[in-house]
Amino acid sequence: MSVLVEARDAVLSFGPTPALRGASLTVTPGEIVAVMGPSGSGKSTLLHCLAGILVPDGGEIWFEGRRVDTLPEAQRSELRRRRFGFVFQFGQLVPELTAVENVALPLLLGGTRRAAALAEARAWFERLGLEGVEGRRSGELSGGQAQRVALARALVTRPGVLFADEPTGSLDSLTGEHVMDLLVSSARDEGTTVILVTHEPRIAAYADRDVIVRDGKTALLSVQRTTT
Amino acid sequence: MTVPLALLGLLEREPSHGYDLKRDYDVYFGRGKPLPFSQVYSTLGRLARDGKVEAREPEPGAGPDRRRYVITDLGVTEVETWLNEPVEAEPHLQTVLFTKVVLALLLGRDAEAYLDAQRAAHLARMRELTEIKRTGPLMDRLLADHGMFHLEADLRWIELTSARLEPLAAEVRS
Repeated sequence: MSVLVEARDAVLSFGPTPALRGASLTVTPGEIVAVMGPSGSGKSTLLHCLAGILVPDGGEIWFEGRRVDTLPEAQRSELRRRRFGFVFQFGQLVPELTAVENVALPLLLGGTRRAAALAEARAWFERLGLEGVEGRRSGELSGGQAQRVALARALVTRPGVLFADEPTGSLDSLTGEHVMDLLVSSARDEGTTVILVTHEPRIAAYADRDVIVRDGKTALLSVQRTTT
Repeated sequence: MTVPLALLGLLEREPSHGYDLKRDYDVYFGRGKPLPFSQVYSTLGRLARDGKVEAREPEPGAGPDRRRYVITDLGVTEVETWLNEPVEAEPHLQTVLFTKVVLALLLGRDAEAYLDAQRAAHLARMRELTEIKRTGPLMDRLLADHGMFHLEADLRWIELTSARLEPLAAEVRS
């Protein structure tokens, strides 16, 4: 079984406060993994280390057989832009841009011509049930619509890994589940690996398996989903 | 307790044979746990004895029992009362989970390992229910939601208990 993303004994402190105390995680291509744990357990820190946003003080981070934590920031930034997608809980959309411009943004940053980028971005609006809101700005979108636009923006570059940190945390249950349904369906269609941080079991239940982070360590790997 | 009342409710809708009642029960309420014929007929027998249904004379036709059952006024009142009564909001203090944790601590065994295993089992079941919610008909999705919320409540309890194992152990062993 090949490994796509891996943390090996990651250790990281913020000043005197330890956040990770030797967290390890292995994710294979196409997997959807939920990282769970109480507030302050280190689950978001682990996700940020895996995504190359934070560099651990100790241990190693690997992606596609390449050591990530030893890369210079410029190369990690390039890796994030080209190979990773991100969905967070709040405030992800650029308020000055329309929804479709927001989705096209990663393509434009990657050098795609504007017309082509906007056309590709528009296709995602239909896939995620967002027809008609392409020209709206973030302030004119509902919470669920804004999260779906953020999801489209994260997936438009067809990333190898989608990192999602409490992606439904600001939504009511029904809207949150709708967003998760779309996230999981889209990821499976595209073969995208998903690493999902959540404290909500019903959101984690969309994943193939769960990892519990407790006091900065990965504490439990649960059984794989049994397909029926 | 719900089987007799569910059957009574189905009979309030229309008089029915035992076979048809069983079929309707399985469609609406069975959800993978079909009601045995023996239970249908024994329940109907008790309901008739208690004056909540009346069994009409057997009708000619194929099959062992072509008796039609009709709900009585007493039966209708029973259904109406039951539907208006909230189910007792039980605190569930004596659950198996609670007993296992306390016993493990009493015996000096690894209660945390049990809670981790229980958490994994709950999450695995939640994944199965999520699949039903994603692909099943609305009635199944509603039932899955009900199950999910109960499992979620257990999981919250598991989290809290995990965080309190040390003081709990001290209290149990004192």
